[in-house]
Amino acid sequence: MFLALFGAVEQGIIYAIMALGVYLTFRVLDFPDLTVDGSFVTGAATAATMVLLGYHPVLATLVAIVAGFIAGCMTGILHTKGKINPLLSGILMMIALYSINLRIMGLTAENTIGRPNIPLLNSETIFSKFQAFWSNLGIDTVLNNLLSSMGLQKVPATWSVMIIVLLITIVIKLLADWFLKTEVGLAIRATGDNKRMIRSFSANTDTLIILGLGLSNALVAFSGALIAQYSKFSDVSMGIGMIVIGLASVIIGEAIFGTKTIIRTTFAVIAGAVIYRIILALALRVDFLDSGDMKLITAVIVILALILPQFINKGKERKRKAKRAQGGKGLA
Amino acid sequence: MLKLKGINKIFNEGTPDEKIALAEINLHLKPGDFVTIIGSNGAGKSTMMNMISGALTPDFGIVSIDGNDVTGLPEYKRSQYIGRVFQDPMAGTAPTMTIEENLALAYSRNKSRGLRIGVAKKRREFFKESLEMLGLNLENRLSAKVGLLSGGERQALSLLMATFTKPSILLLDEHTAALDPSRAELITRITKYLVDKDQLTTLMVTHNMQQALDLGNRLIMMDKGQIILEVEEDRKHTLTIPDLMAEFERIRGEKMNSDRALLG
Repeated sequence: MFLALFGAVEQGIIYAIMALGVYLTFRVLDFPDLTVDGSFVTGAATAATMVLLGYHPVLATLVAIVAGFIAGCMTGILHTKGKINPLLSGILMMIALYSINLRIMGLTAENTIGRPNIPLLNSETIFSKFQAFWSNLGIDTVLNNLLSSMGLQKVPATWSVMIIVLLITIVIKLLADWFLKTEVGLAIRATGDNKRMIRSFSANTDTLIILGLGLSNALVAFSGALIAQYSKFSDVSMGIGMIVIGLASVIIGEAIFGTKTIIRTTFAVIAGAVIYRIILALALRVDFLDSGDMKLITAVIVILALILPQFINKGKERKRKAKRAQGGKGLA
Repeated sequence: MLKLKGINKIFNEGTPDEKIALAEINLHLKPGDFVTIIGSNGAGKSTMMNMISGALTPDFGIVSIDGNDVTGLPEYKRSQYIGRVFQDPMAGTAPTMTIEENLALAYSRNKSRGLRIGVAKKRREFFKESLEMLGLNLENRLSAKVGLLSGGERQALSLLMATFTKPSILLLDEHTAALDPSRAELITRITKYLVDKDQLTTLMVTHNMQQALDLGNRLIMMDKGQIILEVEEDRKHTLTIPDLMAEFERIRGEKMNSDRALLG
């Protein structure tokens, strides 16, 4: 049980980077960007292909980020210059990326052009590289002894993955917080808020939308590249429903932790991604549910996250009104 | 400062809905001019404002600002020189962002936006001082979201943001029309103060004839896409509303529909 949750948290922290990307488009830019389903795989495919071809995993990950950035910019160009509706721009890019992702992974095969998946069983990844450095520190033993003394039977094989994904995600969060407060960041936020207004303050909203979508999908691809290395596998269909998972994270996080400031909201999105993974891990432990039910469970989680806050607010409102009605005579 | 030369615009050309929005508009504003524009709905006032701001481009004719031809310049490039306040108090600000962030957006209007922090300490002081001029106590609510402000407060903020960088041209598009009388009065006062302070070249559309007479040094009246009357500084002081109505009747040979002109 502990190990399952431990793994869920690790994954949640990696998916949180993708969720931050979704937050950037859906909330900040107010642009429902469906490119995510494709660009997540683009990140995974690019990283897996380069790792398999023998490049350094860090370089592979960086190239994956750039690939995601380009994909996002394309969606932005379709929308702003081609005047295509935001949803459709994303869908078109998503479907185009499916073929592109096959071709990217195909670079590893000699006799075919496209390839639907790449296993990375014996390849070096960011995680194996970091593990080599980490295991010399001896921190694992200390932490695991601590867990054992608390009465846990099974302890994690290594803490290195948890530590590195946590570090990466915290750095990304701090960068996002900083960026959204810079002049360009403010202009991007204003673009999502009131286009007409920011145009009257000499900002090119087209460029800002393209940039915002690029950055968002760069994060999504980064997350995909890490997931491919984490699970040692890249598959052309691993991005299906990714946008819903991203949205689920954003909605759950915002509902629980609020959106008062940017710093708080980005934290909420990350926490939302982790909570989503934990719920999923718990749901999969229920006997009659199968791993094939994951997408259904995801849909149910999102529906609940959307509906429950309404009920809770209504309940609070009713209570407040009832209270006022009782003590109201004195006030009036 | 601002020159409009032979501006023409036809909407829906070649269809049964064809409408001449502007016909041969010529207008010249000297630095520091404050021109009020009146005219009934459909007279072409807003179309003319949109021509100047770059939201619309003329079919032919030239718009120039500070001696530069800006006719082909897109709105976002032109708005370096142009401050604008819209009729809708919601239109001029970003509601989910804070007061200081909104001011930071306005502050970078005529600079290129980079990766500097938008609300740096030094700027915040400047923002505070500027807000104090409004006398609305907004300087103590710098980190409040603009969506929480009342319509009047938002319009005052919009006005401050529009004039922040001392634009070459200030466009006011019925900016008091959506407010109650006392708020409208306040905004009018702030407008006067801000325009006087920096001697801004201003163009203001209004449906309120009294306001059009009280503010500014020149007045123009538009009808059916044309400027039908221009009142210069010396005559404007003595002009009254009945004078304006009589003037309209004389030119157009018909009675002015005063309800439409007054209430829009």
